[in-house]
Amino acid sequence: MPDHDAVLNVENLTVTYNTEKGPLDTVRNVSLKIAPGEIYGLVGESGSGKTTLARAVVRYLPANGLISGGAIHLSGTDLLNLPKAEMRRIWGARVTMVHQDPNASINPSMLIGEQIAEVVRAHLNLSKKEAMARAVEMLKKVRMPDPEAVANRYAHQLSGGMLQRVLIATAIATNPEFLIMDEPTTALDVTTEAVILDLIHELMEEYNTAVLFITHNLGVVARICDRIGVLYAGEIMEEGSIRQVFKDRLHPYTRGLLGCVPRVDASRKDIALSAIPGFIPRPDELPDGCVFGPRCDFVEEACRAERPPLVDAARGHQTACRRWELMKGKAEEAREIREDGGTEELGHVVLEARNIKKYFPFTGGFGPLLKGKRPVVKAVDDISVRMRSSFTMGIVGESGCGKTTLARCIAGLEEATSGEIELEGKKLSYSVTSRPREILKKIQMVFQNPDASLNPQHPAGDSVARPLILLRNMSKKQVRERVAELFEAVSLPADYIDRLPHELSGGEKQRVAIARAFAADPALMICDEPISSLDVSVQASLMNLLTDLQDSKGTSYLFISHDLAAVRHISDWIAVVYLGRLWEIGSAEDVFVPPYHPYTEALLSAIPIPDPEIKQDRIRLKGSVPSAMDIPSGCRFHTRCPRKIGEICEREEPPWRDRPDGHRICCHIPIEELEALQGEGLLKKAGVGGDK
Amino acid sequence: MLTYLLRRFGFIFLTLILASIIIFSVTQFLPGDVAQIILGQFATEVAVENLREELGLNKPLHMQYLNWAGGFIRGDWGDSLVSRLPVRPMVMQRLGNSAMLAGLALLIYVPLGIILGVIAALKRDKMPDQLITGVSMAFVGLPEFVSGLLLITFLAIGAGWFPANSSIDPDSTFMESLPYLILPAITVSLSGLGYIARMTRSGTIDVLRTDYVRAAELKGLSGSQVLIRHVLRNSLLPTVTIVAMGIGWLLGGLIVTEAVYGYPGLGRMIVYGIQRQDLPIIQAASMIVVAVYSFSNLAADILYGLLNPRIRVGK
Repeated sequence: MPDHDAVLNVENLTVTYNTEKGPLDTVRNVSLKIAPGEIYGLVGESGSGKTTLARAVVRYLPANGLISGGAIHLSGTDLLNLPKAEMRRIWGARVTMVHQDPNASINPSMLIGEQIAEVVRAHLNLSKKEAMARAVEMLKKVRMPDPEAVANRYAHQLSGGMLQRVLIATAIATNPEFLIMDEPTTALDVTTEAVILDLIHELMEEYNTAVLFITHNLGVVARICDRIGVLYAGEIMEEGSIRQVFKDRLHPYTRGLLGCVPRVDASRKDIALSAIPGFIPRPDELPDGCVFGPRCDFVEEACRAERPPLVDAARGHQTACRRWELMKGKAEEAREIREDGGTEELGHVVLEARNIKKYFPFTGGFGPLLKGKRPVVKAVDDISVRMRSSFTMGIVGESGCGKTTLARCIAGLEEATSGEIELEGKKLSYSVTSRPREILKKIQMVFQNPDASLNPQHPAGDSVARPLILLRNMSKKQVRERVAELFEAVSLPADYIDRLPHELSGGEKQRVAIARAFAADPALMICDEPISSLDVSVQASLMNLLTDLQDSKGTSYLFISHDLAAVRHISDWIAVVYLGRLWEIGSAEDVFVPPYHPYTEALLSAIPIPDPEIKQDRIRLKGSVPSAMDIPSGCRFHTRCPRKIGEICEREEPPWRDRPDGHRICCHIPIEELEALQGEGLLKKAGVGGDK
Repeated sequence: MLTYLLRRFGFIFLTLILASIIIFSVTQFLPGDVAQIILGQFATEVAVENLREELGLNKPLHMQYLNWAGGFIRGDWGDSLVSRLPVRPMVMQRLGNSAMLAGLALLIYVPLGIILGVIAALKRDKMPDQLITGVSMAFVGLPEFVSGLLLITFLAIGAGWFPANSSIDPDSTFMESLPYLILPAITVSLSGLGYIARMTRSGTIDVLRTDYVRAAELKGLSGSQVLIRHVLRNSLLPTVTIVAMGIGWLLGGLIVTEAVYGYPGLGRMIVYGIQRQDLPIIQAASMIVVAVYSFSNLAADILYGLLNPRIRVGK
């Protein structure tokens, strides 16, 4: 497109940080253009320079960062030659930003309305009253329920999804020509994410704003963006329209990223994920030649000679790979097919949890105390699960549905209120402190945040050695040998044994945590969102690791995640949880194809799928999960159910309906009707085993 | 909110009872016999014994405690053993003096500490920050008798701007006492300033790092708008607690400063009481200090709640 049309025109931008090691170029020679009404997706792993690039574009770099080369034009205005004070007139008026964490991005002690109004007042010369009216109008625009009331509330009174709407309302209040969104949906539940993405899409069409949309989630890009730039180690690797990039994948890094993402239509029995080996190089350790060279499968001698420039592969499609023609035509590389997957034999029963309930007494706030009745939060309300050896049960649901509490009750970290937990036929006490060592050894846990689950003072090897000493009474020599074996099993080099956690990356820490869990030789391992905080390529390698370890050791996994594709990939069975109860349970294949529970259907329809060819039905849930203190009558899902059939849903608890192979759905709608309603399913193109 | 207040008052009541028991027991362990002290060394044993009977000193300890505590609640705080005058007016007058000094000191060091703390935070790790942090910490460490004597030497004796002695007349009003209060108030402020500045600095630095301040800057607001609306509203909350804790210290703990300037405050009264074994004075003054501590902390918590919407406005 011609230059004068672009709202944002960045040419050969280089950003340098002054560090202790001297000046480091974290973003190098990046050029990009964004037209009005266009949503440009910028993707890359953490450390690729996405956020630095976004901040440099609006000249909001930390004190030690500077733009050392290139030019930035915003609708003809040369931003780099403006004095800093002038930038303040551009911020908030012509350029606005939506940040990642809506909870942290809104001032907790200022009314919502004031925070929208202040940006309007600063730039549009409105009176206080007019600005407030404008704020309410903007809240209406982002379809906020009850906008007048919300304007007079504080951040802590709103849910994450509502706060993100507030940020979007603030960002478009001055009708800017350019909008930066930095991971705007990453902190949200998949159902809320879907609603917010729809909203962004509609608003940007209406306002004709140019958007720079930063994300690590390829599914989100495929759903919302028009064009995409793939950033790696501070350089653009590939750029083009969504269709061009997702279909042709003319750079090995793009291929690598897409290969890492689990698919909702295939499981680990069918395919192994292809993780990208190695790490993003740090700016002070860039390789010669192509920056992706050391991790590339297609690398050859000439790639190391000089940095390959971006070349035009097609109209509007550029790649920084010398060998792109090789990749052309070779659409999707056949993924590695697993041969040993899918043993049909049933293992012995490892865990039997029956009718688990966990009620928390409600504390805090004064209102309920005066009413006299002590309310309880019913976090888990009658859930039963059975797990066999060498088997993975995935648990999915929105945040606050009770997934983690259930896991903690089974592990004994939380004392269940009632119910029975049996491990290999032996009844367990509720609290971990009163369980004997032989039991402790058999249930291990891997937590979500690897930074917080390793003692920062202890070398990695010591963390892994603890269970060996405490639970298995090994001698020093045995411990040393076993630790070495475990490090090898989780593919960490032996010299990592003596490293402290801060010397490891997030993925490496999680490997140590997995090694520690396996050190006890558990029968059951509870993985609570073990991969959620990690980059896609690291996620892929960890899922492969977990799969391999299960194959060789026969451990059962209880795998909790809000990432449905990851759960689908790794699980044999899937349980769908909402407000402390199960609504659907069955084999992964059965749960992900119709008939399914309306809640499962809504979850599946919300997943952002990294394939622009797949068209999903748009089933969106209203509002957020009701409070577990005030659970709706009848079917708990009736307040948000898109398939509610009538009064019966509010009055009566739905019955369990059985299908073949143990697949069960708890709904008032009979199975046959669900089947008729849902047709061939949401993932139209992707039937069973649906490869292209 | 009402239940919360009732519970907090209940706690304060318990604190006061516990404190009264401790204060009463401690005064019992002071050496010497009260009757003997009152009558002097040369009194006859019969006279001492009669006075003991009269004062109720022969009753069991718990009865003595109940008598004392009951009297205290009714407002009968006893007579000074030394001057034979009722204790209550004396203590209340001293409390008034201490409050004047405390008030002036707070007016000086709280705003100054906040301003310096904010400047230090805005210029963190640069020269102004290092200067403010270094100097204010040096003053926190400097004993009051040193800083007090320095101020007297230079500002009172040297320059002659303020009186060196602050032993004010009991009947003088605040305005009359003001010139005498300035040097002691500065002395106290030098010690208190560092805490306020440090608290404000760290609170402000935390808030400056938040996403919502970054968002506010990117809204194109002016520096002062960002600072006042977004930074200070949040960063000054913890300072409220520190100020309230300072009130207790200002009213009862300024023994050294009051001694250096000869200022008739509550702290010096307790020291006098101990030196002369004037038990009713020690007991009454100590109880007042405990009460001031308790209520100023309660006030701080309530104020904190009122300023913080997360507490003021429920879900």
